[in-house]
Amino acid sequence: MKVSYFPGCTLNTTGKGYDNAVRASAAAVGLDLVELPEWNCCGATYPLIVDNMLELAAPTHILVSAHEQALDEGHEAPLLTTACTTCYNVLRRTNHFIRNHPEERERVNAFIEKEYAGEVEVKDILHVLRDDIGFELIHEKVQSPLKDLKVAAYYGCMVLRPPAEVAYDDPDNPRSLDDLMAALGAVPVDHPHKNECCGAYLAVKAPDVTREMAFTILKSARSSGAEAVVTNCPLCQFNLDRRQREMTQFHAGFAPIPVYYFSQLMGLALGLDAGAYGWERHYVDARPQLRALGLWNG
Amino acid sequence: MRVRLTAESVHSELVRRIEEYSGQDLMACYQCGKCAAGCPVAFAMDMLPSQVIRYAQLGLVDRLIESKTIWLCAACQTCYTRCPKGVDLSRIMEALREIVMFEQGSHINYDSIPPEELAEWPQQAFIGGFRKYAL
Repeated sequence: MKVSYFPGCTLNTTGKGYDNAVRASAAAVGLDLVELPEWNCCGATYPLIVDNMLELAAPTHILVSAHEQALDEGHEAPLLTTACTTCYNVLRRTNHFIRNHPEERERVNAFIEKEYAGEVEVKDILHVLRDDIGFELIHEKVQSPLKDLKVAAYYGCMVLRPPAEVAYDDPDNPRSLDDLMAALGAVPVDHPHKNECCGAYLAVKAPDVTREMAFTILKSARSSGAEAVVTNCPLCQFNLDRRQREMTQFHAGFAPIPVYYFSQLMGLALGLDAGAYGWERHYVDARPQLRALGLWNG
Repeated sequence: MRVRLTAESVHSELVRRIEEYSGQDLMACYQCGKCAAGCPVAFAMDMLPSQVIRYAQLGLVDRLIESKTIWLCAACQTCYTRCPKGVDLSRIMEALREIVMFEQGSHINYDSIPPEELAEWPQQAFIGGFRKYAL
C-alpha cells in the first residue's frame, strides 16, 4: 500500500532515528511510505487566531504536494501520513479548515496559486498502522516479542485534541498505542496521565515548568508499574527524556525511566537491524534495558 | 479583592479585539471551572484559565496583559475539549498574546537560551515556541 509520507523538520534532524525506525518498520509490514518529492515546514503550531490565512499557506502547500504525488504516481487514494504528531495535527486541522470554509479556501488557493479543496486524507502513522495495516497482521510478523516489557503508552495532545478535528481514538482513554505494544509482545500498563500535556514548546520559555509537567507524567507511569514509556511524538519524547537529568535533583527517589519511540520497539520486535534508530540521542540510555531483556546486542 | 467595573471597560476596544482575534464569545462562559481543573500548567500560573476569561468578560484587560498565564498556555486543548459551552480558551490566550506582542514586541529573549540547550532541542520546539512568543 502506497502512502505519501511527510517526515517534517524534527524527524529530519534530532528525530532521525525515529524516522529511520518508522520507515523500516512500515516497509516490513507492507506499508510503502513514499516521501513527498518536495516539502516545507508545516509551521509547527496550528494558528489559533481568526485571521490565519498566511499561516495556512505552508501546510496547504504540503497537502497540495501530497495530492499531486498521489495523482502522478497512481496511489490508490490520496493519503498523507506523518509520524510527527505535531505535523499531523497541523496538517489535519488545515485540511479540515480548507474542506469546511470555501471562501477562505479561495483566498489560500489564490495565495499559493494552486487549486486545492481538501482532496487528501491526512492520517497519523499509528492510525494507518491500526486501520489500514492492522495490529493483527503486525503481530503475525513479530520475530522477537518484547518479552513482557511493561510499557506506559504516552499519547500527548496532538493526536487527540481537538477531538472533532483530529482524534481517531478515545481522547480520554486512547488505546491504539497500548494495543500496538500488546501486538509486539510488550505489556501495556494503564496510567491516568497518558493524554496529559508534557508542555510541548513551552520548553523554550519555561524549562522548569515543563520539567514538572514531565515529572507528573513519568511518576504516574512508574507508580502504575511501568518499566519504560513509549510515545509517538518527537517533542514529547524529548521533554520526557531530557528533563529527567534535573528531576533526579529536584525529586528525591526519582528513578530514571527510558522513553522509547514506538517505532524503535516495533523495529526491534520485527527483528530488523536497529543500528540506526538513534539510541545515542537518548538522555536516559535505553540500551541496558534492551540488553538485559535480550532484545539488543549492539 | 475590589474591582471597579464600568460600561466603558466592559465594552472596550480591547475586549472587542479579544473576541475578534479569537472568534470566541466571551459571554458564553458561565464559570464552571472545568478548564482550570483540567489545565496541566495551572500549578505554574498566576491566574487560573477560568479567571482569564472572567477578567475578559469584566473588561479588566490590564490584569490579563500583565499575567504570566497567557505565556504558559501550551495550547494543549484540554480546556476546549472539556468546556460544556464549547469555548476555545486556547484561542483567547492566543488573541491576548497577539495583543500584547503588537504593543510590546516579542516576548522571548533569545540570548537567555543556553547554547548547549539550543543544540539539543528538536526543531519543532523552536518553531512552535518562537511562533507563539515572537512576532
